[in-house]
Amino acid sequence: MAIAANDADTKVLSVENLDTRFATPDGEVHAVSSVSFDIAKGESVGVVGESGSGKTQIFMSIMGLLAKNGHSTGSARYRGKEILGLPARELNKIRGVTMSMIFQDSMTSLNPYLRISKQMTEVLVEHKGMNETQARARGIDMLDRVGIPGAKARFDLHPHEFSGGMRQRVMIAMALLCEPDLLIADEPTTALDVTIQAQILDLMGDLKRDFGTAIIMITHDLGVVAGLCDRVMVMYAGRVVEKGDVRDIFYRPQHPYSQGLLGSMPRLDKAGESELSTIPGQPPNLQALPPGCAYQERCPYVFDTCRSAEPALRFVDERREKACHLDTLPAPGTARQSETLGVS
Amino acid sequence: MSGPVLSIHDLKVHFDIRVGGIFAGRYQPLKAVDGVSFDLKPGETLGIVGESGCGKSTLGRAVLQLIPPTDGKVIWLGEDLAGLDSEALRAKRQEMQIIFQDPLASLNPRMTVGEIIGEPLRTFEPNIGKAAMKTRVKDMMAKVGLLPQMINRYPHEFSGGQCQRIGIARAMVLGPKLIICDEPVSALDVSIQAQIINLLMKLQQEFGLSMLFISHDLSVVRHISHRIMVLYLGRVMEIADRASIYAAPRHPYTQALISAVPIPDPDKERDKHRLVLQGDLPSPMAPPSGCVFRTRCPKATELCAEERPPLEEDGTGDSHMVACHHWRE
Repeated sequence: MAIAANDADTKVLSVENLDTRFATPDGEVHAVSSVSFDIAKGESVGVVGESGSGKTQIFMSIMGLLAKNGHSTGSARYRGKEILGLPARELNKIRGVTMSMIFQDSMTSLNPYLRISKQMTEVLVEHKGMNETQARARGIDMLDRVGIPGAKARFDLHPHEFSGGMRQRVMIAMALLCEPDLLIADEPTTALDVTIQAQILDLMGDLKRDFGTAIIMITHDLGVVAGLCDRVMVMYAGRVVEKGDVRDIFYRPQHPYSQGLLGSMPRLDKAGESELSTIPGQPPNLQALPPGCAYQERCPYVFDTCRSAEPALRFVDERREKACHLDTLPAPGTARQSETLGVS
Repeated sequence: MSGPVLSIHDLKVHFDIRVGGIFAGRYQPLKAVDGVSFDLKPGETLGIVGESGCGKSTLGRAVLQLIPPTDGKVIWLGEDLAGLDSEALRAKRQEMQIIFQDPLASLNPRMTVGEIIGEPLRTFEPNIGKAAMKTRVKDMMAKVGLLPQMINRYPHEFSGGQCQRIGIARAMVLGPKLIICDEPVSALDVSIQAQIINLLMKLQQEFGLSMLFISHDLSVVRHISHRIMVLYLGRVMEIADRASIYAAPRHPYTQALISAVPIPDPDKERDKHRLVLQGDLPSPMAPPSGCVFRTRCPKATELCAEERPPLEEDGTGDSHMVACHHWRE
C-alpha cells in the first residue's frame, strides 16, 4: 500500500506541484493549485470533490488533454520519466498503452461511426505490432473478460447498439487492451444504474487484485471510494485539502470540508429522521477566490487567520496531510465556537 | 389520519411505438407503466425507486395527467382525474405541482425569478394586485432560502442549487397539497443536495404536504420517505414502510438494489455481501413473460415464466406487499 510508494521502483506516477491555469475572457482561472501525490503498483487512490474542484483537470493535465486555453506547470513523472508538456507524439507512446483513462460518458468517448472491432484493434496494431487476426482475438478475449456476453458476436457492432453499462465495459476493455499499469477512471459509474455500477466496481476490484493495476478513481461518490480505494485525496477549489488512508479520512476526518462532506451524505445504513448536516453556501468562484483559505465562507470553525493566510498542506500525523489552520477539529455537529478552539 | 388524498388504481401508460419498415411499419405497445396501484395519505412521502426505464417518471407525470394514462384510475380527493376535461383539470393543478430534475432547464431563461415564481399566481389568481403578488413571491423566496432582493435576477445568475430552490418556490406558491418531486437532487453536488433535502422535509412538515419522491438514489429515498415503492419495467415489485423494506427486503430485486448501493464506510462496504445481478434491463418493448424480473433473478423457476406473481401482503400485518413467487424461500 502507501508505504511501498517510497520505493522508486514501485512508484507508477508521481506528481509534484502541479498547477493548471486557464485563460478565459473573464480572467485567469486557477483550476489546479500545487497538487502533489504519488501512486504505487496495485494501489488505488480516490480523488473526491464537487464539480469545479479541479479533480478531473489534474488528470487532463497529466494526460496532455487540456483545452487549448489551459496551461500546466510543475512535474508529473511516469515511472521516473517526466511526461508533463511532452509533445503528443511522445505522449502517445504512453497514453492508452501503459496509462489509460476512462471517462464518465461512454457514448461521447467512443467514435459512433466506427465498429467496436475497429476501435479496439487499432491500438494493438499501432502499438503492439500485432496483425489484424491477432488483434481481433485479443479484443474479443478482452470483451469476454469484462463480462460482455456473446463477445464474438458483438465485436463488429457499433457503439449505439450497446446499452450504457455495456458501453462502459467496452471502454474499460479498450483501456485494458495493452495491460496498462495505471488506470485513471473519471466518474466511470456516475451515469449508470446501481446494479450495473456494482458490476463495474467488482470488475475494477478484480483488476487491481489480479493484475496489480494502479487505479485512480475520480468521483463525487464517497461510497465508491470507501469500497475500492486505499488512499483518498479530498479536493476543494483546485487544492488538496486532505490526504490520507481511506479509514483515517472516513472515520476521523481532520479537515472541516471532509467532515462536512461525509456528514451531508444521506446513508443507506442509517435511518434518517433528523436533518442532514449541511455545508452552507456554495462552492467558490475560482476567478474570485477570497484571500486566505478558500473554504472560509462555508467553514463552521473559521477564525481570523483563515481570512488572511492560505493554509499550506502539512502532515498532521505520519500518514495524513491536511490544509487547515486548526490542529484538531471538534467533534462533528459542534456549533460555531471558533474562539475556544486550538489554533496553530 | 384520514383517508388517502391520492388513490391510484391499476394505472397503465402504454406508448405506441412504430416498428419495422418505412412503408410496412406497425405499432407495438411499450408498457411504461403497467398496472400500478397505491394510496397516498395526507402528509405522507412515498418514495418511488427503480432504475432507468422502470417507468417512475412516467408514473409521476401520469398522476398529474401530463401524460394521459391508457387505463386505470387516478382518484384525487375522491374524484377521478381521468374523467375531467382540460378546464376542470386545470383547476385541480393548483393543488398538485411538480419539481423537475434539471433545475436550470426547467426555468424560462427570459423570465426573472419574480416572474417565474409569480406565474402560477397570475394564472390562478388573475385579480391579484401587483403589490400583493410581489409580497407573496418574496415571502415564498424567503421560505425556500433565497434572498428576496434577488427577485429581479434571471435564472442564469443562480447556481444549480439555487435554481432548484426557485423551482420549489414556483411549485409551492399556490399552496398545493401534493408535490411530485422527479429526481430533484440528482443533478446537484453532495453538499447542495443535503440543503435541498432538508428544505423539502421542512416544507412538508410546515404545510402538511403529501409527496411522491421519485429517485434512483436509495440513500436519499430512505432519508426522506415514509413508505417506499420499488418499480421494475413498469410494475410494482415491492411496497412497504421505510423501516420494513430496508430491514427485511422481500423481493430479490429490492435485495439486489439495496446491496448494490455503496456505503460511505470502508469497513462496512468491504465486508458486506453484494448481490450482483447479471445482465441488463430487458427491452421494455419485449418484456419477459410472467414475472418481468425473472431474466435477472437468482431465484427464477419455470413458474416465474408462466405466471405473473400477484402483489400480495407478506403476512406480517404492516402492509408490506411483495410480488414474487419465491420470496418466502
